[in-house]
Amino acid sequence: MPDPVKEYMDVLDPEEFKKEVLSKYPTKVARKRAKQILINRPEGEPVQEIGANVRTIPGIITQRGCTYAGCKGVVLGPTRDIVNITHGPIGCGFYSWLTRRNQTDPSTTEDGHNFMNYCFSTDMQDENIVFGGEKKLRQAIQEAYDIFHPKAIAVFSTCPVGLIGDDVHAVTREMKEKLGINIFGFSCEGYKGVSQSAGHHIANNGIFTHVIGTDDTVKKGKYKVNLLGEYNIGGDAFEIERLFEKSGITMVSTFSGNSSIDFFANAHTADLNMIMCHRSINYVAEMMEKKYGIPWIKVNFIGAKSTAKSLRKIAQYYEDEELIARVEEVIAEEMPEVERVLEQIRPRTQGKVAMLFVGGSRAHHYQELFKEMGMIPIAAGYEFAHRDDYEGRKVLPDIKVDADSRNIEELEVHPDPVKYNPRKSPEEMEGLKKKGFEFKDYEGMMAEMPGGTLIIDDISQYETEKLIEKYKPAIFCAGIKEKFAIQKKGIPMKQLHSYDSGGPYAGFKGAINFYHEIDRMVNSKVWSYIKPPWKKNPELSARYAFVA
Amino acid sequence: MKMEAIDKSKLLRHTPNEIKERSALTINPAKTCQPIGAMYAALGIRGCLPHSHGSQGCCAYHRSALTRHYKEPVMAATSSFTEGSSVFGGQANLLQAIDNIFTIYNPDLIAVHTTCLSETIGDDIPQIVNKAAAEGKIPKGKRVIHTNTPSYVGSHVTGFANMVKSMVDYFSTSTGKRKQQINIIPGWVEPSDMEEIKRLTGLMGIKSVMFPDTSKVLNGPLNGKFIMFPDGGVTVEELESTGDSIGTIAMGLWASEAAAKALDTKCKVPYAILDLPIGLKATDRFIDAMRIMTGVSVPEAIEIERGQMLDIITDMHQYFYNKRVGLVGDPDQLIALSEFLVSIDMWPVYVVTGTPGKAFEKRIMEITAGSPYEVKVKAAGDMFLFHQWIKEEPVDLLIGNTYLKYISRDEDIPLIRHGFPILDRVGHSYFPTVGYKGGIRLLEKILTAILDREDRDSEITNFELVM
Repeated sequence: MPDPVKEYMDVLDPEEFKKEVLSKYPTKVARKRAKQILINRPEGEPVQEIGANVRTIPGIITQRGCTYAGCKGVVLGPTRDIVNITHGPIGCGFYSWLTRRNQTDPSTTEDGHNFMNYCFSTDMQDENIVFGGEKKLRQAIQEAYDIFHPKAIAVFSTCPVGLIGDDVHAVTREMKEKLGINIFGFSCEGYKGVSQSAGHHIANNGIFTHVIGTDDTVKKGKYKVNLLGEYNIGGDAFEIERLFEKSGITMVSTFSGNSSIDFFANAHTADLNMIMCHRSINYVAEMMEKKYGIPWIKVNFIGAKSTAKSLRKIAQYYEDEELIARVEEVIAEEMPEVERVLEQIRPRTQGKVAMLFVGGSRAHHYQELFKEMGMIPIAAGYEFAHRDDYEGRKVLPDIKVDADSRNIEELEVHPDPVKYNPRKSPEEMEGLKKKGFEFKDYEGMMAEMPGGTLIIDDISQYETEKLIEKYKPAIFCAGIKEKFAIQKKGIPMKQLHSYDSGGPYAGFKGAINFYHEIDRMVNSKVWSYIKPPWKKNPELSARYAFVA
Repeated sequence: MKMEAIDKSKLLRHTPNEIKERSALTINPAKTCQPIGAMYAALGIRGCLPHSHGSQGCCAYHRSALTRHYKEPVMAATSSFTEGSSVFGGQANLLQAIDNIFTIYNPDLIAVHTTCLSETIGDDIPQIVNKAAAEGKIPKGKRVIHTNTPSYVGSHVTGFANMVKSMVDYFSTSTGKRKQQINIIPGWVEPSDMEEIKRLTGLMGIKSVMFPDTSKVLNGPLNGKFIMFPDGGVTVEELESTGDSIGTIAMGLWASEAAAKALDTKCKVPYAILDLPIGLKATDRFIDAMRIMTGVSVPEAIEIERGQMLDIITDMHQYFYNKRVGLVGDPDQLIALSEFLVSIDMWPVYVVTGTPGKAFEKRIMEITAGSPYEVKVKAAGDMFLFHQWIKEEPVDLLIGNTYLKYISRDEDIPLIRHGFPILDRVGHSYFPTVGYKGGIRLLEKILTAILDREDRDSEITNFELVM
């Protein structure tokens, strides 16, 4: 059978591409970028090593964001009932105000609290920079409490806070004691780490330390799970919740799409942690396993097949015939519609080329949907992922901890003297493993991409332009900053951070939405109007002069 | 303490009616920070790549916000500070960035702005740029300019004003020979507005240099090409020539005064500070100022446009009369809009800007003197307070950026989107609100909002066909 990737890439040699791109850079930059651009060789030995989670090159035009964005914007942004106060000048709070398309349904918590539509900031002024901002922060917390009476207040530090030495943790501790509600701070100054990824880690540590395990109420339900690294962009979490409910699985908490702090508080009562976005949230899963004895597995609800596989994996974990049967019923009910739509659409999408440069997991997960449509992902990369997200968790022991990562605290976690309760005995775990069941497994993106494809970490604007110039994909997936430069070239660009519009794209219904959306984009006539008729048919005639 | 019950049908369900004095907590800001204004202004210079000297998140946030507002590529680079740079200073990062930018992207110039981070550290940008030049990192004929934009002072408008002033500081030169041209500093307006202002000066037969000029940069066509440095924008040559112009018209005290003053001090170019030409009277003053500054006469074409605008005002006056309006935005826009509304017998009753400045409050009170309603105005205010005022006594119409749509829906009041950012509608990049033509568009928008509401709310008995 002909290999479409090989056919495609043989004509446009990726080695040539890499060489050409690097030749534009100053020598030192080229050397560094060379490690972050690979031609995938999934089967070869030794396993390729990619440069990832390394410092961004100043001036290269990166798409990366900062630690604050990862902490406040991504991980805690979708939690609706915490009053999230940004401690800093106004900008950071302003830009992270409702700009990610996290949806939430406040009717699932009785009090109906929802502060997501609000932006709270200490709006630091120059005198706060000079004399310190702690007093203003203390007062801001008091005012937030007096006006809103929230269940919890969180404080997010921006760049200058760390520099001037405001102790947000001391202030939040003091105010927690004074006001009697949960108040905690995050040292997520933008300059920490090398990307938003550091902010995810800091957020994980904070939720783990200050919230998880503070409420021992056990929800009803036979199969209780947490879903981690799902942010309910465009309603993804709603679709996953629908499937769980249908299957009889009880969601204790999602981190953090459609979430409430109440759900985080008793997340430790679940019996299984499932990770969607490995990059942003694996820390919490690791820590919860150590402290509470909850095993974690990697799942993926992007793509119909992956969704089915993930549902089966949950059922398998519980080793419960009733659940296994129910999950099979659900899959059998859902799949015919998926297949019906796919049958219609696939002839129009088959063989088209896609590129994905986004996130810490989505550039990988979304390849599943493209593959279902017969499309070929020929180039992909993450904006802020680490080597394990590319190469798989097997490389974890080999990852060197550099100065930037060392800045991010690693919590020391021990089994909780009271609440530690291994959900599976070592024998049960072993038994499952023998049956081929994998705990905390993540193979990474590279293992699942075909040989000869391009893997590019923290892609620059220049590389993006070169890539589309040379390979002319049918669709490019990235974020808002890349979007219009690509579309100016007449190539449709789908945002996979926040989806532009639409969604959900998770689960079975989400897969169907995505097929329709990509079909709309890659087959739309609107892109065919770029050339006006007079440029298509350029012969000139001077007839007008005759008539005149 | 008893809380008001939450109305679960509301988006802003926690906003209580009762107003409590706040001294530390800003809720739902009506401003953002300086650097984004500097970035926007720098995009209005031809061949310029804005550069953010700070953490990379600032640059990412500014590019995203501008991109969402314009639905256009917004290119800018960053020094990508790490913890190390925050301790030891960002010199190494900026040197490397300058080298990389010229090598890879080859702009004509780089416009550096600072951030709260680099300002708090105290990085000396000119010193670093000099070092870059000494090390040969700035190719011949290329320039690196800078402006200081501490995020903890003023607002995005201040940052814009600072970058525009830097254009004067770096480029304006007096050769001693006057040029038959005027300078126009348009203030923070849309590319469409800048185009419209140029069209009007063209109709007047006046040669002008407008800076910055984001038209054809942030409202570019789709033609199958991505051009990183489009043909729009004021050129460095034009900027240099501003020192020889016969005068400067600066629009908006907040966004444009600093540059106009600097140009007068540096090159003795006299200036007039006008309000943004939004509405009949402000546009009249703009046209007249150009006439007086240059001695040309106003062509009939402009008088026709003026007459058309006035025609709509008089034809539809009954729908404007005594309507109550709430506005949130930037000082220069709000001053011009308020005057415009008063001129057609609509009344700004709540006016809020996040940008500080007591002069703003005073000016709005002057404009609205004689109002039949109590007028509330606040500089350095926020949308939370604005919303609480509305809860006390509602208005007929809201004017402001997209964030007002939460109040608009909760309180069921029509909203006209104006200002920055507009994240959910198009049009602002293409259709101006300045000049008489822009006034016609504003009138149309106001009427559509009011009349749609009447159509929706009228009883079956008095539903009107002709309005």
